[in-house]
Amino acid sequence: MIVAEDLRKQYDEFVAVDTVSFTVEEGEIFGFLGPNGAGKTTTMKMIQCVSPKTSGTLTVFGMDVTTHPREIKQLLGVVPQENNLDPDFTVFENLLVYSQYFDLPRAPVETTIAELLDFVQLREKQDKPIEQLSGGMKRRLILARALINAPRLLILDEPTIGLDPQARHLIWDKIKALKAQGITVVLTTHYMDEAARLCDRLVIMDFGRILVDGKPDALVREYIGTDIVDAEHNPRVIACLNRTGAKYDVWGDTVRVYTAHPQDVIAALLNDCGLGTITARAATLEDVFLKLTGKKLRE
Amino acid sequence: MGYFTVPKLSSRMWKVWSRNKSVFMKTWRVNFFPPFLEPLLYLFALGFGLGSYIEVIEGMSYPRFIAPALIAIAIMNSAFFECTYGSYVRMYYQKTFDAMIATPLSIEEVIAGELLWGATRSLIYATIMLPVIAAFGLIELPLALLIIPFAFIAGFLFAAIGMCFTAITPNINALNYPAFLFITPMFLFSGTFFPLELLPQPVQYVALAALPLTHVVGITRSLTLAAPSGFFMLHIIWILVVSLVLFVLAVNLMRRRLIV
Repeated sequence: MIVAEDLRKQYDEFVAVDTVSFTVEEGEIFGFLGPNGAGKTTTMKMIQCVSPKTSGTLTVFGMDVTTHPREIKQLLGVVPQENNLDPDFTVFENLLVYSQYFDLPRAPVETTIAELLDFVQLREKQDKPIEQLSGGMKRRLILARALINAPRLLILDEPTIGLDPQARHLIWDKIKALKAQGITVVLTTHYMDEAARLCDRLVIMDFGRILVDGKPDALVREYIGTDIVDAEHNPRVIACLNRTGAKYDVWGDTVRVYTAHPQDVIAALLNDCGLGTITARAATLEDVFLKLTGKKLRE
Repeated sequence: MGYFTVPKLSSRMWKVWSRNKSVFMKTWRVNFFPPFLEPLLYLFALGFGLGSYIEVIEGMSYPRFIAPALIAIAIMNSAFFECTYGSYVRMYYQKTFDAMIATPLSIEEVIAGELLWGATRSLIYATIMLPVIAAFGLIELPLALLIIPFAFIAGFLFAAIGMCFTAITPNINALNYPAFLFITPMFLFSGTFFPLELLPQPVQYVALAALPLTHVVGITRSLTLAAPSGFFMLHIIWILVVSLVLFVLAVNLMRRRLIV
């Protein structure tokens, strides 16, 4: 569905995307993760044919993004990071006007709009101006707008950014429903739970490069193990862990121990070192992410 | 790509035009009011007020002299301000262009559609003004009706000029510079309220070379008086050539700004 080889994007001095290669298969949900400035959105924009690549090859639906932008965009649905609904129109008009950019015939599109508004649960808001919608409603409307041309590929740049838990769950349900319909989905997100929940495969990017790619649970097993034990950070704990030869990282006031046998680690820490505050939990994608991209705050 | 790459366009650019027309028609009452009121205000203040001290100018009454200039000024203002402040708001604040180029529309078509809409706005304004001014018996009909199609051509020129400024302006406030330093002098010194010949000869040449409104007034005055000036074809050619060049430039400048 999407094939990128040695894809590169350079702005004057700054290399936003540094020679990345990846393949997105038909029917899967593929995630791009990474800190701010990692190159995720730039990659999305190159796939969308709105930002020209500097070098490398990039094909979408088997077509080159440089030579066939119009054909690719006709089959693409896009949810941009920034809300760009048309404030001059109502909910219904937004979808209608947008459908005209795809040159869709007017009569059937009105039925499509009604169905899409039902799908994102905004039917009763159809005559409201955009400014009266909440953040979650705007996001849902943008999702509906991205579906107006019955796309084969959906690009979601931070689909649930700034939404409350209810609104996020609703969007997740919709994304899963779309996948069930056979639509390929490419998304970027900062929310690790979102990526773990939705993505069949994902890549973690940083400084314009792809650090790792794989299935979320496989990545967790490979880079972290199955479990994590968080303990208080103090010299006694460190000494104790060094004695047992455990793998660990220090994160502020916490020591994070990576293990496949949390009971043994807890037992060792409690019995041999006599410690109190210890939490055992399953390893998550967030642990992988932080381990690979580091602790330093970006931007 | 350079500044003068000829854009590839398709009829989809009219979708952009259509979007702007739909917004315009949503508030048609407030949009139709200025072109109706503006000529009345100018005619009363300048034509019949100040103009009562002017017995004859170029062999005609003062209201008759300024009537075609008022139309030309409306053509200029409607397209220029639509494609500066209007387009800038759509581009920067509303992200309308971003939403459009995520569809099969290209940035070239988006900008072309904006310019066509700016030109259409000029046509609408001129069309509303004509009967108002005709009611005072200041223009020759039916020849003056040719101003309607001409308003589209001249409007396109000012739309392209405006879009060039929009493409290079760092922010919306900086659009005040072309508005005050270019549009306002044009409003006053393009043979609008007094004949161009009153200006010193070198200034006349500057006006003819660099103030597009001079040529537009030349045409509208020829049409309202049913007395084509000797420079009629020259005015037309100037407008067409400059429109085409600035159209290509505006599209390329905008692509450079938005496609990164």
